[in-house]
Amino acid sequence: MPTIHVTSHLRQVAPTGPTRVEAGTLGAALDAYFATAPRVRSYILDDQGRLRHHVAVFIDGELLVDKKDLGRRVAPSSEIYVMQALSGG
Amino acid sequence: MVQDLFVCTRKGLFRFQHSGGKWQQTYVAFLGQPVTAFLADPRTGHWYAALNLGHFGAKLHRSTNQGATWDELAMPALPKSEDKDAPSLNQIWALEAGGPDQPGLIWAGSLPAALFRNDQNGDGEWHLVEGLWNLPDRAKWFGGGTDDTALHTICVDPRNSSRLVIAISCGGVWRSEDAGASWVCRSKGLFAEYMPPERREDPAIQDPHRIVQCRDQPGHFWCQHHNGIFYSTNDLENWQFAGPRFGFGVAVHPKEPARAWFVPAIKDEVRVPQDGKFVASRTRDGGKTFDTLANGLPTGFGYDLVLRHALDIDGTGDTLAFGSTTGNLYVTEDQGETWRAVTHHLPPVHAVRFAANA
Repeated sequence: MPTIHVTSHLRQVAPTGPTRVEAGTLGAALDAYFATAPRVRSYILDDQGRLRHHVAVFIDGELLVDKKDLGRRVAPSSEIYVMQALSGG
Repeated sequence: MVQDLFVCTRKGLFRFQHSGGKWQQTYVAFLGQPVTAFLADPRTGHWYAALNLGHFGAKLHRSTNQGATWDELAMPALPKSEDKDAPSLNQIWALEAGGPDQPGLIWAGSLPAALFRNDQNGDGEWHLVEGLWNLPDRAKWFGGGTDDTALHTICVDPRNSSRLVIAISCGGVWRSEDAGASWVCRSKGLFAEYMPPERREDPAIQDPHRIVQCRDQPGHFWCQHHNGIFYSTNDLENWQFAGPRFGFGVAVHPKEPARAWFVPAIKDEVRVPQDGKFVASRTRDGGKTFDTLANGLPTGFGYDLVLRHALDIDGTGDTLAFGSTTGNLYVTEDQGETWRAVTHHLPPVHAVRFAANA
């Protein structure tokens, strides 16, 4: 079961700590995660269901370069990190 | 009766109240978060705050207890599309209550430019106003200052709540007589020097920065446009040019339609006060002449900019406020003769809004 870690910036709407989900793709993993925490969806995906532009996803340490690639395979041992690009000011 | 003053900033929502002869900060919420619009619904007393969290998108919150607690609401959404470049809602920039005869109705305007309605005081789903979204002229609209087109103004007509006027940068002024089902462009007389000559008067590409409607004489409208100030005295049959004064905000006296206030700036890419003099301006004769209002404003150089929602007037017509991108907040209680700094230390101000004291 892949594990999802979500940035602490979303702690007001997301469960703290890693969440294990049953999924074979990134999109399915996120859907399974959103089923446990529905409010997080709109923070990570836009209203077209795409990853938000400044949300960064790492799968097993590798940045997901094509943000439309929600069909990317994930392994049962995968560690998925949902981060944000930081800006100043 | 003195109204409370709400200030939306890049880092939170603030309230100032008039007490002991001074305006004092009495409330803050969403500290650290950009607040893009605020509504205190006079029918219910509910407060609505729109946030733009940037990375994490636009959000909408409501408080039913004058700010003691807030609940996150469902957001308006644009139609689902298989097109990989389909637009996504990026910001709420206008929130207005429906009329007294339309309980529960809330209007929201967005970037990209779209109008939404909710009939349950923000509960449940928002509905896209398809009559506007499906206008063929929408293809001509383009962003001004932002990548997105922006629906920033919603006027609910005091004579008939089903009559709406909206304004879009850059997409002109539009009126609906049937609560949004159909729309007619009402930009006649506006002109755009930034366009090629043959498109200068194209009604659907005008850039009204802000529009206000006179409460007691609602056939009168003022427009601070990219190319200057315009006034309509005939219920938007046409607009009359009142001078090439650049700026963003405009306020009209609720009873005297020929009186309006502005905060001028140098146009286009500069967007700072002329000659470094941070002043307001006022007309009392329908735009024939303008007074410069400087009493109480900085005597030295100032480079503040006042954004389109950051100038407001209260229900008496005597008290006005504006907030700047430099974090200064000024109030007048005598229609602009004298101004007083409430604070110099806010985050950049997006919007100010008077609301009835709860």
